[in-house]
Amino acid sequence: MTRDQALFEFLCRMGDNTLILGHRVSEWCGHAPVLEEDIALANTALDLIGQTQLWLGLAGEVEGEGRDADKLAFHRDAWDFRNLLLVEMPNGDFGRTLMRQFLFDAWHTILLGRLMTSSEPRVAEIAEKASKEAAYHLERSADTVVSLGDGTEESHARMQAALDYLWPYVGEMFVADAVDQAMAEEGIAPDPASLRPEYDALLGRVLKEATLIIPDSHFAHKGGRDGRMHSEHLGHLLTQMQWLQRAYPDARW
Amino acid sequence: MSQTQDRPSVQQIWDWLGQVPDPEIPVISLTDLGIIRDVDWQGDTLVVTVTPTYSGCPATTIINLDIETALRGHGIEKIELKRQLSPAWTTEWLSEAGRAKLEAYGIAPPQPASGPERCPHCGSTHVEKVSQFGSTPCKATWRCRDCLEPFDYFKCI
Repeated sequence: MTRDQALFEFLCRMGDNTLILGHRVSEWCGHAPVLEEDIALANTALDLIGQTQLWLGLAGEVEGEGRDADKLAFHRDAWDFRNLLLVEMPNGDFGRTLMRQFLFDAWHTILLGRLMTSSEPRVAEIAEKASKEAAYHLERSADTVVSLGDGTEESHARMQAALDYLWPYVGEMFVADAVDQAMAEEGIAPDPASLRPEYDALLGRVLKEATLIIPDSHFAHKGGRDGRMHSEHLGHLLTQMQWLQRAYPDARW
Repeated sequence: MSQTQDRPSVQQIWDWLGQVPDPEIPVISLTDLGIIRDVDWQGDTLVVTVTPTYSGCPATTIINLDIETALRGHGIEKIELKRQLSPAWTTEWLSEAGRAKLEAYGIAPPQPASGPERCPHCGSTHVEKVSQFGSTPCKATWRCRDCLEPFDYFKCI
């Protein structure tokens, strides 16, 4: 694997996370419990999809085979996606959506902070832009997790159930493979495992305030970020997201 | 040589860009918003460097189109638009004039304390947050507890 092949994989991971989560969050548009939340969710999705254009745009540039962000987003099938399994999990109820967002935002802000000092300037400048947006997302998702966790009996129970359900998908964020090793050696991206202490500290703080209990298990579902085994949910998501480009290839506005 | 003499000065271009309204908040101009980072002649091509406010802001494409249209209207033929991500846009780049225009329009300008200083309608400091997000990526939704009017707050980033 050359440097650029590894960099392409890394950029697809970054862009596929924001693309798939952005799409998932956008599924709430017009369905959120109140108007303000609907707007907040749609804005979050918009930021994530904007970041996707930057990451996948750069991926296409590094690959050098003429694929742009749209081609990568709409013309690949499930096995070519490199997102964490966490972000393809269905929305569930509002609480689960916000818990998933919090678990992702916490990791995303820490990672983007590190990427701002990447040896690859094109990665550093996207991280600089995205980290401002991610910090704003984290502020909201953490606040909401606390409000709902430390809320009514019903909201507390739902948030605990959401955390229990999503917890096995957290571990995948911190597992390294050859791509990560290559990125770390080049100084392009940090070793994923090195983010864990800061992540655990942040989660511990927020979830304690939310009166929620972190499950006592390190079991982790894997296979998303290396594309080995996505969940069945990704394929269903793609049938919606890619429908127009599949039915009318290369259709443009 | 004659081309160099004929072409409008960089200051002139900045003045023209100062007349191009933001497509979503038309009371302020693109220069008020602080997203035009550089204007430079490279030979007979005018290079305008623009930075996005938010990475997913749908206005970005329209803004580029508006810049081109305005400059072509002033007779400039060769225009290159360059996207610059770093340094990332910050609301500190909003001009003083832009901040005043926002408030007069009913949008509270950004404050480092991350909340509006006062209601843009009645001036009361008795305000509360309704949502961290609003009608465009750059705004949040607030409400005045005295005049009871809702209003937009320009997020501080």
